[in-house]
Amino acid sequence: MGDIVIEAEGLGKDYGDVVALDSVDLQVPYGTVLGLLGPNGAGKTTAVRILTTNLRPSRGCARVLGVDVTENPQAVREQIGLAGQSAAVDDNLTGRENLRLIGYLTHQPRKGVSARADQLLEQFGLTDAANRTAKTYSGGMRRRLDLAASLVHRPPVLFLDEPTTGLDPASRTDLWGVIEELVAGGTTLLLTTQYLEEADRLANRIMVIDGGKTIAEGTPTELKTHFGATVVEITLPAENVERAISLLGPLGATEYLEGTTIGVTVTDAGRGALDVVRTLDREQLVPDRLVVREPSLDDVFLKLTGHRAEDDAEPDTTSSPERGAA
Amino acid sequence: MTAVTAPPTDAGSAPPVGHRVSPKQAVLDAGVVAWRNLLSMLRTPEVLVFSSIQPVIFVLMFRFVFGGAITVPGESYVNFLMPGIFIQTVAFGSITTAVGMATDLQGGVIDRFRSLPMARSAVLAGRTIADLVRSVWVVILMFVVGYAVGFRVQTNALAALAAIGVILLFALALAWVFAYVGLMTANPEAAQAAAFPFLAIFVFASSAFVPLDTMPGWLQAFAEHQPVTAAINAARALVLGGPTAEYVIKACLWCVAIIIVFAPLAVHRYRRSS
Repeated sequence: MGDIVIEAEGLGKDYGDVVALDSVDLQVPYGTVLGLLGPNGAGKTTAVRILTTNLRPSRGCARVLGVDVTENPQAVREQIGLAGQSAAVDDNLTGRENLRLIGYLTHQPRKGVSARADQLLEQFGLTDAANRTAKTYSGGMRRRLDLAASLVHRPPVLFLDEPTTGLDPASRTDLWGVIEELVAGGTTLLLTTQYLEEADRLANRIMVIDGGKTIAEGTPTELKTHFGATVVEITLPAENVERAISLLGPLGATEYLEGTTIGVTVTDAGRGALDVVRTLDREQLVPDRLVVREPSLDDVFLKLTGHRAEDDAEPDTTSSPERGAA
Repeated sequence: MTAVTAPPTDAGSAPPVGHRVSPKQAVLDAGVVAWRNLLSMLRTPEVLVFSSIQPVIFVLMFRFVFGGAITVPGESYVNFLMPGIFIQTVAFGSITTAVGMATDLQGGVIDRFRSLPMARSAVLAGRTIADLVRSVWVVILMFVVGYAVGFRVQTNALAALAAIGVILLFALALAWVFAYVGLMTANPEAAQAAAFPFLAIFVFASSAFVPLDTMPGWLQAFAEHQPVTAAINAARALVLGGPTAEYVIKACLWCVAIIIVFAPLAVHRYRRSS
């Protein structure tokens, strides 16, 4: 493991009586990705805003590249890039103007600003749209431009707050590719997300937070094996549902999902699913539909917190209610 | 505690050394933000309407629709009206300050700016500079339109310039008020809704369109002692002549008082709204 680039100890933030962030410890080594995973209002954005010097913590301390974020915020700002969940691009400026704006405000040599903007537009596939105002951009293009804007001054440390919330699957995959390239280039990244899939793909380590507290931490695989559960969903003709429930009961917790669909939660993922299929086959219960669902954020949450991660975790969420709360 | 050092390889420069933004850099940053705001205004139809078309409509309406029914003692109505229109225009125009500020806050632009190594003062300074530039444009436009419909400065060029100075000082004062309103509401629609009725009361219950002595006593009391009237009276005295010094001093005091109250409020709110 290399040196610790982002570090927090006992970090917390209160708004009056409301504890937005209780006490969070974290460490992100050089060149790695930490994923902060949690539902809306969990405190993810609060943590990011403290670490990016936008918010003073109520307690605890945080350092970026060894520099305390409250003692010397200006020095921290020179080393970090931030792309927030709302794509903070100026709608009335063109893509190129947006990037030049950040170039000037990060005090890049004046001569290099336009060249750097063009280089980023190229890298993010926005060259054709460079002279159009950002309000004409699609959601995916806006996020790419926002990410590009956070990279203008080549920050070694990057914070991405729900970078793909509200994006369609294709744009999301696209953006993931870009982020992976950055990390491969040595950028240290702290990422917040509501999507297990996203954390799974991008993060070396995941920290699950809820209600302002860290409730689990580990590699993606560790989390899924410890807290996840594989669910076999079976849709059967109505007359067979009762029989299937009683036959499959011994293999795992069964529940009615909707209509004539039942879910069987199996513990030992691969083998468990196989047992369900074997039982159905042996009893000649032919399902209309059979799906093996891998552990989801909801499952991990349900396991860890006893409540669901809200339906906000749907990929089509376009609003960002956490901003107001956090 | 874990040893914390800068990353060993190409992670940028040497470990950062703490420093603050120099005053020169702060001015440059404010200029960049002002450039961005002006560019943004030029591309926002509502702003152009507020700053150009609406005031022209007001001039034409008051001059030709109501103007025939309103007589003011000792002066042609258009000469009486135009100073009022100048102030009314910069007053309503300042709504765009609130809306712009709220839009930036809501859209995350302010968060982005706060995470950059730019001067902290640049966002508010850039906003007020850009709004002042917009006001200069509006005042020039109003002078031109006013001349076209018969308005004539009765004093001299120097006094007219001083009138413009008073109008711009008033615009600057209002920019701080509405920057604060924008930061408080943090929502463009709410900012607009909060700003308009408030401004309408001050603008219409003033000496902008009719002499104060035509109003009922209770309204006169209010209209006479509020900043819009003070600014209008000063601008009017400067372009039409008559006793001037007292009006100008009163207007300047109002503007300075507004800035003294609202600039710190806006700065405080900007710092705190993180």
